[in-house]
Amino acid sequence: MYFVIAGGGEVGFHLAKALLEASHEVMLLESDRRRAQVIAEQLGSVVLNAPADEGRYQLEAGCQRADAVIAVTGDDPVNLIICQLAKWKCNVPRVIARVNDPKNEIVFKALGIDETISSTRVIMNVIEQELPSGGFMPLMPLTGSHLELIEAEIAAGTPSAGRAIGSLGLPEGAAIGGIVRKGAVVHTDDDTKLQIGDRIVVLSPTKDEAGVRKALFG
Amino acid sequence: MNIVIVGCGRVGAFLAGQLAKAGHAVTIVDLDRGSFEHLPRGFGGTTLLGNGTDMDVLRAAGIEKADAVFTLTQGDNRNLMAAQIARQIFGVKRVIAKVNDPIRAALYREHDISTVSRTTILGTLLEAMLMGDAEVGKVLMEKSKQAEATMAGELG
Repeated sequence: MYFVIAGGGEVGFHLAKALLEASHEVMLLESDRRRAQVIAEQLGSVVLNAPADEGRYQLEAGCQRADAVIAVTGDDPVNLIICQLAKWKCNVPRVIARVNDPKNEIVFKALGIDETISSTRVIMNVIEQELPSGGFMPLMPLTGSHLELIEAEIAAGTPSAGRAIGSLGLPEGAAIGGIVRKGAVVHTDDDTKLQIGDRIVVLSPTKDEAGVRKALFG
Repeated sequence: MNIVIVGCGRVGAFLAGQLAKAGHAVTIVDLDRGSFEHLPRGFGGTTLLGNGTDMDVLRAAGIEKADAVFTLTQGDNRNLMAAQIARQIFGVKRVIAKVNDPIRAALYREHDISTVSRTTILGTLLEAMLMGDAEVGKVLMEKSKQAEATMAGELG
C-alpha cells in the first residue's frame, strides 16, 4: 500500500521506517530542510522537503493515489488542516491524525476526521492499566461506528468471576468477543463461565462503557 | 453585537479597537499576554489569555452567545481550526478567518468558512493603485486613511 506521512519528527520517522520494513511504499513530507536530509540519509529517497499543509505539495507527494495520509506533526491545527486537504483535494480514502491535546479527538471528529491517535491518551491508558483497581481498559474505538474495544481482566474477588457470560447482564449491543485463558483463545458462548485470570475482550457501544464495567465489576 | 476575536496581533487589536469603539461587546483571545499591548489605550472590550483552538477557552470567551467570530492569529491553520470550531461546533452565524495562503482561503470558502487572504487583498489593491484604477480600493482606502488618522491623533 502507499502511505503519505506528514511530519518527520520522531513519530513520523519511525512510522515511515516501520512501514518500509513491512514492504509498503512511503512518502514522508518534512518542511525542515535539515531534518528532511537526516531522514533521507537513513531511509533513502522517500522524503519530500516541503510543508504538507499545502495542496500542491500533497499533489507532488502523490496523495491522489495514496491509500492513507497520516498527519503526525506536533501541532494539532496543522494535522487537522493536512487531513482535511487530503480528503477534500486529493480524495484520500483514509486519513489519520495525531492529536496532542486529547480534547481535540472530539473536535477532529466533529470536523470530519474520524481516525485520531492521542499519545496522551495511550499513555493514560497504560497508567490506568497499571492501577490495581484497573483491570478494565477501553482499547480503541472502531472506525466508522459507535463501537469500541474494551479489555478487562477477571481477578480474584471480581464479581463476575465464576459466572456464565449470559448471566452477566451486559448492556444490549455489547458482546464478549473472546477470552484469553492461560495464553490461549477460548471460544465463548452464553454458557461460558469466566474464570479468575481470564483476560476478556468486549465489543461495546461507546456509550455503554460504564454498563459493561458494571456488569463485570459490579 | 457580541464579538469574539482570536489573535491579538496588529490586525486583531485594530479590529477589536474599532468594534469596541462602535459599541460592540468584544472579547479578544491570545496565548501571549504581551500581545494585548497592541490594543488601543482605553480599549473597552475584554481580554482573555488562552489558546483560541481550545473549546473551553472559546466557551470562556462567550462563543456560545457570539454573533460573530474572527480568527486572526499568525497561523493559517490555527485560524482555520478555530473558525471551524466556531462555525460547526458552536454554530456561530458569522465566522471569518484570516488565511494568507490564497489556495487554502478558496478551499475553505467552499466549506462554509468565510476567509480573507491578506495576500490577495493587499496585492490586488497595490496593483490597482499602480494602474491608477481608482474604483478598486476607493472605499477601502478612504476608510483605512480615516482610521489611521484617528489612531495617530490619539497617540499624539
